[in-house]
Amino acid sequence: MQFFGGSEISPSPPVPTASGNNGHMIYMFNRNGVCLLYREWNPPLRTLNAQQDHKLMFGLLFSLKSLTVKMDPTSAEKGNLGVPQLPGQGCSFHSFRTNTYKLSFMESPSGIKIILVTHPRTGDLWDSLKYIYNLYVEYVVKNPLYTPGSPIRCQLFNTTLDQYMRGIA
Amino acid sequence: MAPVAPRSGDAIFANIERVNAELFTLTYGAIVRQLLTDLEEVEEVNKQLEQMGYNIGIRLIDEFLAKSNVSRCVDFRETADVIAKVGFKMFLGVTASVSNWDAEGTCCSIILEDNPLVDFVELPDTCQGLYYCNILSGVIRGALEMVSMKTEVTWIRDVLRGDDVFELQVKLLKQVPEEYPYKDDE
Repeated sequence: MQFFGGSEISPSPPVPTASGNNGHMIYMFNRNGVCLLYREWNPPLRTLNAQQDHKLMFGLLFSLKSLTVKMDPTSAEKGNLGVPQLPGQGCSFHSFRTNTYKLSFMESPSGIKIILVTHPRTGDLWDSLKYIYNLYVEYVVKNPLYTPGSPIRCQLFNTTLDQYMRGIA
Repeated sequence: MAPVAPRSGDAIFANIERVNAELFTLTYGAIVRQLLTDLEEVEEVNKQLEQMGYNIGIRLIDEFLAKSNVSRCVDFRETADVIAKVGFKMFLGVTASVSNWDAEGTCCSIILEDNPLVDFVELPDTCQGLYYCNILSGVIRGALEMVSMKTEVTWIRDVLRGDDVFELQVKLLKQVPEEYPYKDDE
């Protein structure tokens, strides 16, 4: 499929903070919990089947977000835990790190969630996540053959994403 | 790390890929013309334009959020301001203004003085009920729905019908909070 490229994806890709093959996997969800994308580079050990894995990941993020908003020391009003939030309202968490991996998270106000699981010593991936969001806009949203809300099957997006991930992580 | 400040409409408009204005106007005119031929009923065409706008809006919102770096708007006033100052500027190259707020802050008017869609356009007598720019109302409704706001967008004043400016009324019906989408069956 032809892509009328020539426009620079803005912002330009951030400088890599680590070298070597650090990227493990990426997930993208929309606001209804549909897993738009799942890709892995260094095959991780997975014991759950794909469906369960996606639900688990989505549920984890949803709960973490709720929890972080309720625990926010700087915010004035505290609803009860579990009260549904407007996406983007309150604070949002960026990442968590364990001794074996680091999970970075970004959510847009339109509910698109991007999750990157990488090597634990990776630096802050906020700019990378924004760049991936830009890639999503350019290659997926603008693709007339893509139905919003369905899993992403755009070859060009996958290739560009792989290329970018190999470059930064 | 300090959050990146939202970019102004002008800055983004300068960086974004642009298309020839006349091409845009004439293409849109051709679309409306074709819809009139196919559907014949002016009301049907209005509805179809709004639906097309809705489909555009649900995708446009992601591009808008990605390129403009705006964070979540605190209230509807800010939303309307952002649409008028950044959104319209970024996509159509014109700045709109916001006025006529009602008492609760849920209903406002967005005023467009010039509108690239209607250059060279005149409405004939047979199409007097047509909202030529109805695609814009669909775009706003679609985009706001993707950020959890259910709105109703209607035209109050229309230059093609004899008024002096374009006035869109945007009314917030409700905010839809995010719910856990999976049922608790595990």
